[in-house]
Amino acid sequence: MNGFVENLPLLSVITFTPLLGVLLLLTIRADDPEIVARNSRWVTLWVTVGTFLASLLIWTNFDSSTADFQFVELAAWFPEFGISYHMGVDGISMLFVILSTFLMPLCVLASWDAIKTRVREYMIAFLILETMMVGMFCALDMVLFYVFFEGVLIPMFLIIGVWGGARRVYAAFKFFLYTLTGSVLLLIAILAMYFVAGTTDIPTLMTTDFPFQMQFWLWLGLFASFAVKVPMWPVHTWLPDAHVEAPTAGSVILAGVLLKMGAYGFLRFSMPMLPLASEYFTPLVYGLSIVAVIYTSLVALAQEDMKKLIAYSSVAHMGFVTVGIFAATQQAVQGAIYQMLSHGVVSGALFLCVGVVYDRLHTREIGRYGGLVNNMPKYAFVFMLMMMASVGLPGTSGFVGEFLILTGVFQVNTWVSLLTATGVILGATYMLYLYRRVIYGELVKEDLKGMLDLSRREIAIFATLCVVVMWMGVYPMSFLVVMEASVTKLITDYHAALDAHALASGLVDGVRLALGR
Amino acid sequence: MEAAAIFLPLVGAFIAGFFGRQIGDRASQVVTCLGVGSAAVLSIPLFFDVAVNGNERVVTIMNWINSGTFETAWALRFDTLSAVMVMTVTCVSSLIHVYSVGYMSHDDSKPRFMAYLSLFTFAMLMLVTADNLVQLFFGWEGVGVVSYLLIGFWFKKPTANAAAIKAFVVNRVGDFGFLLGIFGIYMLFDAVTFDTVFNAVPAHVDDTVTFFGIKGHALTLIALLLFVGAMGKSAQLLLHTWLPDAMEGPTPVSALIHAATMVTAGVFLVARMSPLFEYAPAALEVVTIVGASTAFFAATIGCVQNDIKRVIAYSTCSQLGYMFFACGIGAYPAAIFHLMTHAWFKALLFLGSGSVIHAMSNEQDMRKMGGIWKHVKVTYAMMWIGTLALVAVPPFAGYYSKDMILEAAFGAHTSVGQYAFIMGIGAALLTAFYSGRLLFMTFHGEPRADKETMDHVHESPLVMTLPLAGLALGAIFSGMIGYDLFIGEGRFDFWRDALAVVGEDPIEAAHHVPAWVVWSPMVVTVLGLGLSFHMYMRRPEIPGQLAAKFPGVYQFLLNKWYFDELYDFFFVRPAFWIGNFFWKRGDQGTIDRFGPDGISSSIISGARRLGSVQTGYLYHYAFAMIIGIALFVSWIVVGS
Repeated sequence: MNGFVENLPLLSVITFTPLLGVLLLLTIRADDPEIVARNSRWVTLWVTVGTFLASLLIWTNFDSSTADFQFVELAAWFPEFGISYHMGVDGISMLFVILSTFLMPLCVLASWDAIKTRVREYMIAFLILETMMVGMFCALDMVLFYVFFEGVLIPMFLIIGVWGGARRVYAAFKFFLYTLTGSVLLLIAILAMYFVAGTTDIPTLMTTDFPFQMQFWLWLGLFASFAVKVPMWPVHTWLPDAHVEAPTAGSVILAGVLLKMGAYGFLRFSMPMLPLASEYFTPLVYGLSIVAVIYTSLVALAQEDMKKLIAYSSVAHMGFVTVGIFAATQQAVQGAIYQMLSHGVVSGALFLCVGVVYDRLHTREIGRYGGLVNNMPKYAFVFMLMMMASVGLPGTSGFVGEFLILTGVFQVNTWVSLLTATGVILGATYMLYLYRRVIYGELVKEDLKGMLDLSRREIAIFATLCVVVMWMGVYPMSFLVVMEASVTKLITDYHAALDAHALASGLVDGVRLALGR
Repeated sequence: MEAAAIFLPLVGAFIAGFFGRQIGDRASQVVTCLGVGSAAVLSIPLFFDVAVNGNERVVTIMNWINSGTFETAWALRFDTLSAVMVMTVTCVSSLIHVYSVGYMSHDDSKPRFMAYLSLFTFAMLMLVTADNLVQLFFGWEGVGVVSYLLIGFWFKKPTANAAAIKAFVVNRVGDFGFLLGIFGIYMLFDAVTFDTVFNAVPAHVDDTVTFFGIKGHALTLIALLLFVGAMGKSAQLLLHTWLPDAMEGPTPVSALIHAATMVTAGVFLVARMSPLFEYAPAALEVVTIVGASTAFFAATIGCVQNDIKRVIAYSTCSQLGYMFFACGIGAYPAAIFHLMTHAWFKALLFLGSGSVIHAMSNEQDMRKMGGIWKHVKVTYAMMWIGTLALVAVPPFAGYYSKDMILEAAFGAHTSVGQYAFIMGIGAALLTAFYSGRLLFMTFHGEPRADKETMDHVHESPLVMTLPLAGLALGAIFSGMIGYDLFIGEGRFDFWRDALAVVGEDPIEAAHHVPAWVVWSPMVVTVLGLGLSFHMYMRRPEIPGQLAAKFPGVYQFLLNKWYFDELYDFFFVRPAFWIGNFFWKRGDQGTIDRFGPDGISSSIISGARRLGSVQTGYLYHYAFAMIIGIALFVSWIVVGS
């Protein structure tokens, strides 16, 4: 078994299996569109489940004791330019691969009845999306990374633009405009790095010393792209629109995985490659993140649309993540990664919760609901659990990340920790207020009375998510162990680079002083 | 055995919660009562083994969150303090479980109710047996959530939903402080496990830190942050507003959560952290002042409320104040002793009032009661027992614990100690007054309810009166029995290291106060009861005349010092207003307007303008070319 796995290019297999699924879908021949749709659903489900199971092999064969990249695949691509097909995962990226493959079958199930037109094309878009996401987390070459990173945009753009709601075109273009602007600057930064280092190999670039002046501009270039993806305040306004218009499964992937790409970029590029600039810009990140936490939490309080509310809460939760990453302590960074994983599951589940009632009543307006607990107790339970995870109740996944982040940040800057922690109060406020308006109260509205509780398919989806949320809350060590070594290396290298720089500039100052200048 | 005592309630909650519909109401009630009941049975030998025989231990279950040097585990810590708490919680809780079977007999979601009660018990047990601050926080939030669920148990009532949210959010404000305190402790000690922290405290006595730009004594700052958490959970002044509203929940909930157990978690926290608080004298002074002020403030409000449960709720708030100022002067054993006796008699009072409400067809307004004592004699007797324990008449339980607190406050011979003593005596007077008022208004005088209600007045069934009797036993005897162990001669062998005292022992000092100090609580109690007897039995017209004569004072008290209105004005409404402002003016009005929307519209209008340049007239193009050439040439000329 082990020998077999070792010889298999596992990461490539997982990355490109969904594309095989696309080929399969294209071979479906039938005159009746119903049959095409049904077959497409089943094929996609099996492909995504298979991909998920295969990705578990990475976890079971993963060596947590080392910070090195594992399952590495290296093949020449454009050797004359020093660009190669280089794949590999470490403790930071591995769990994101699992997260992506885990959410995908759930998305297929969630779209089972909700998507009725162009089902095959929809499934193709999702499969391509999966390839792009997994590839992005595995890529160890900047050009390869860039291809996947941008490639994600296209299927998502189509999913929103074709299967979205009433204002889907506006939302899709806004999404594209924001992310593409960032992407251009990312591309320029990549080119600049290539011209200095002569390669686009990520592990090599991590050990390359860029002069501070250059780091400064490179960092800003990367930041422009990543901040949009996170999204950080004030470039977050595409997210509520994109979420509101996207079909449920699109929202799940958007919140679950796409939002993690920006923060992953900070961890993979900004921090290890540009430590001096990262430190220099830390106050900026703190400031924007704190504004994000407080501002968007308050905005969430004022929302009348369920999806918008959860979208804004995502911005607030990602504010925790960016604070954690740039605090650069063991707890804060591990917490940030944990928060991303947890948010991926929890916000995905919350969007699915909205999807459940949207499928039944076709509105997301909070005021149209009320008293659902009376005829949908199972739904009320799931929603309650996910809400509690979202507000960071200990024993659920949401607590571990938030707590570690705030603990870590407190060691570095008490003010930042204090201000970020206000999100704990505000988060409870808007979520409980939402829950009260939707679930509690008397069931008076006529059209709500006929709503049925969760179907078996929905129970299957939510039961999985509930188990994961509780598992992540009660025994987080399963996940923390995986990332520990890699995060330790990241932090150690980061501080070593800062110290070396401080020492060097101190030496220069010392020499100047000695020379009497 | 240790794990069983803690986890059996969880098992009960799980079965009743998830399979309640399948197994039915009766089975759900049985399984939850069994779960908590067996925990209670197990807790007694455990108490003797741990507290009396001194076999302290920590049972580690598994790792929880480890990151770098940050380490926490799921572990059950049994020392005297937690053994006392476990026994009190499980015993009171199991009696309340049984009572609920009767009280909720007309409700249609019995399994859910029982599951919540058991889940609460589990969370509370996790809180008191925590071995580190993070697990304590787990229990802390756990009881908070179940409290939220139970306050909003009747989810069709808008007031219940509002009260539930209020309770959760106000508690979160406290938790915010608690969390920061935990971070501070980790920063200072590099650990959050109790033993490690406590052992390291003496080495950090003189440390200073800078938190939030304030440079100060490290332990004091940490203690104050932790105390903010305690204030929230235990409804102390400024963060007390949620507790009276929490009475929206069913009465067994008020008895279990909002009287006997959860609200005492703040006191427990301070006592648990006593090895740290003892080195933070300034923080202890704050604890004393807040506690003493709350004791008095809440009692003043209790005197004018008309809802029977709200009177008892304010009484709880006030009694928690006593416990806090006992902690503040270092008399932790007295605080925990009062916590324990209070659990019995306050649960008794709540369940007794529940029995009254049950008898009066769900009427809670005391103005619509009166003259029912002949019909509900058992309940009436129980309420008297509870009241006598509360107002500290010997030999009832409250007498032993409350008098010790007052004497210790006087014996501390500090200015805050004196303040606490005066406030405590004042509160004792008011306590006696409102307790008497409650009894006389509810049970005596002319019946003020309508005839139909009066015809229905009936004694509660055995399933409700038996638990009352059990609690009454506690309310009578727990003080007598516990006195020697908790605060008498046996206290050193009993507590050992569970509670810390640095310097003079305030319990010892309490034994050497002048005679008038010892007698004064008794005097004010008699005064208060007498006054209420005079005002509500002999001359029932007086209260109305007083209210008419001093409308300002009366309204001020009736409206609970206007805290709710203030908070609504300063926090709640601005939050919504700012949220709306940021959304409409920030996101839409500024970011989108000058960002994507602005860019795209200016590109479109720019393109139109650019398009209008292309007129199609040859001479326009020719003209443009000539200008272009001219510019190009002059650039070359100037450039060279």
